[in-house]
Amino acid sequence: MSHKTTYREALREAHRDALRADPRVFLMGEDVGKYGGSYAVSKGLLDEFGAQRIRDTPLSELAFVGAGIGAALGGLRPIVEVMTVNFSLLALDQIVNTAATLRHMSGGQFSIPLVIRMTTGAGRQLAAQHSHSFEGWYAHVPGLKVLAPATIGDARGMLAPALADPDPVVLFEHALLYNMEGELEGDWANTDIRSARVRRAGTQVSLITYGGSLWKTLDAASELAAHGVDAEVIDLRVLRPLDTETILESVRKTHRAVVIDEGWKTGSLAAEICARLAEDAFYDLDAPLARVCSEEVPIPYPKHLEDAALPQTAKIVAAARSATGK
Amino acid sequence: MIEFKLPSLGADMDQGTLVEWKVKPGDSVTKGNVVAVVDTSKSAIDVESWHEGKVYELITQPGETVPVGAVMALLLEAGDTPETAEAWKRARAAPAFAPTISAPVPLLPPAAPDTRERVPTAAPDARARVSPAARKRANELNVNLAAVNGSGPDGAITLEDIERVATTTMTAPVSRMSEMRKTIGAAMARSKREIPHYYLATDIPLARATEWLAARNTQHSVTERILMAALLLKAVALALKRHPGLNGFYREGRFEPISAVHIGVAISLRQGGLIAPALHDCGGKNLDELMRDLADLVRRARAFTLRSSELSDPTITVTNLGDNGTDLVHGVIYPPQVAIIGFGGVRERPWIIDGAVRAAPVVTATLAADHRVSDGHLGALFLADLSRSLQAPDKL
Repeated sequence: MSHKTTYREALREAHRDALRADPRVFLMGEDVGKYGGSYAVSKGLLDEFGAQRIRDTPLSELAFVGAGIGAALGGLRPIVEVMTVNFSLLALDQIVNTAATLRHMSGGQFSIPLVIRMTTGAGRQLAAQHSHSFEGWYAHVPGLKVLAPATIGDARGMLAPALADPDPVVLFEHALLYNMEGELEGDWANTDIRSARVRRAGTQVSLITYGGSLWKTLDAASELAAHGVDAEVIDLRVLRPLDTETILESVRKTHRAVVIDEGWKTGSLAAEICARLAEDAFYDLDAPLARVCSEEVPIPYPKHLEDAALPQTAKIVAAARSATGK
Repeated sequence: MIEFKLPSLGADMDQGTLVEWKVKPGDSVTKGNVVAVVDTSKSAIDVESWHEGKVYELITQPGETVPVGAVMALLLEAGDTPETAEAWKRARAAPAFAPTISAPVPLLPPAAPDTRERVPTAAPDARARVSPAARKRANELNVNLAAVNGSGPDGAITLEDIERVATTTMTAPVSRMSEMRKTIGAAMARSKREIPHYYLATDIPLARATEWLAARNTQHSVTERILMAALLLKAVALALKRHPGLNGFYREGRFEPISAVHIGVAISLRQGGLIAPALHDCGGKNLDELMRDLADLVRRARAFTLRSSELSDPTITVTNLGDNGTDLVHGVIYPPQVAIIGFGGVRERPWIIDGAVRAAPVVTATLAADHRVSDGHLGALFLADLSRSLQAPDKL
């Protein structure tokens, strides 16, 4: 069973399912109600589910993420939308100091079944305060689960298991993916939030990525095939906890790895993956590990500079060719 | 701008594999300094610089195999700056710049490094670039990494390189042996094909030389003793000084006499094969020096640590097969040389002295020489001169 849809519609349908399935589920955030969401994910949901369950909030991330934690503690299943990851920094105290720690601090008495969704990434000329990728920061924190749906299937399927999880889940939606069209196919109703996925099988180099970079990486893999490089593409999907096994299995086969991460290189998730490969796959490596990350600058506004600052297909191709010597 | 090129270290060497650099960018180099160790089919050779300058860039990577004449490094002469070096590089088309047999290595790194952050530059390290997986596999398969040409990034040895070498089933020493046999074969075939040899032989009594040597050695400690081989070499050198038509090279249709006598001493290697490196300026050394240098040359030839000039300089070859009980050697000239002198064993033979048959030590000396350059007459004069020299050992 498959039908044509968009990433945005897939997310909206996931919300609709969740709201219908469980009366404890509600959505809140800036402009999610009357405006239909800054990225129009919740368009139409206010009419269908009413103002009690689709709640517009004041412009205070700290307050409404905190309210979400309180609601979760009180037995509800809140979905909190934060407009962009840049703004979520205002709520870091609630997310890192409270949501991620309460199970531990209470000796297991309390859990926070909260889903926080936010937009991440650059590519829409929204400049340095709306374009960053801080997935790696959140993936640093024990107590959080961090998801990065990159496909329509994951956009449709990840929300339900995230809501079912007893602990806080942060879900990143890359801004460039909302308009992506495609077929909703596969067993999305049984989506897991534990494993990475091989999106393209290959034998000579593992291209490891997540989120918005997945599609640039798949394009790069096609281009690499023309150069005689058979690349495998791994979509991490879950950034915490990392599915190290899938990564290692791939690199033990290909002996080469390039990690593509829209975060800055220094202290990045890409750095973490490279470190794990160096620790656990050292004797399987046949070429130096390589990373394609964002340039270490605030993401620029002008189109040509923004493009230059981000991982692009050509950079991925060059890194993979260098690693394979082809 | 000085181009440090892979020199030809023998008539049939057409390529070499860089084992390691002995210098790094910024080092000053003077004439005679060892710059690199290059593996030829015969041996790993210390390659010397013929120039004076400062190393600017090392182009060839360890493990790479390049043809003779390939530019392996750039050296700055007095007056050169990095700018002139870069201009020189731009002026040279990349493909002709450093032709590589084993793996193409880009002249410049593909992407400009991030200038805002201090990135460690890839220092030319003595340790060969071998991927961890390749190193592990090489251990398992017992592959000698020094014998593998890297095809990976920056000439690194990859898993594939190890598998390829392993499947050829030859481990390194065997492979060197067969390579050396091929090289010797090619040189000797060329010699027999191109050089019209003529052969002469004469028996030389060594009673005086033997007595003189014994008397001299009793007055010296064991380490200072001289062997008959040194006397023979010195006598050859002195005779060549008087008959220069046998000492030099035949190249491009003409003979180039060489005034210095650099005798190529044929040395058999323990694992088989043969090498004849130069004992420099045999005519200008006294017997003590000659003996010391000969011992050193033999030791280094067997340890594979010869210098490049020792392979390229020999002006004539001397082969001595007497230790094995051979009486007579018909030598094959090593091109582009024009003569080879052979000595058999020094043995007690019946010899007529003062009208009576007596037992005396005698050696048979042979000469094989190039008829394009000399005639038997000259060869005969040379052998007679050699014989005379050896009757006055105290003059050697």
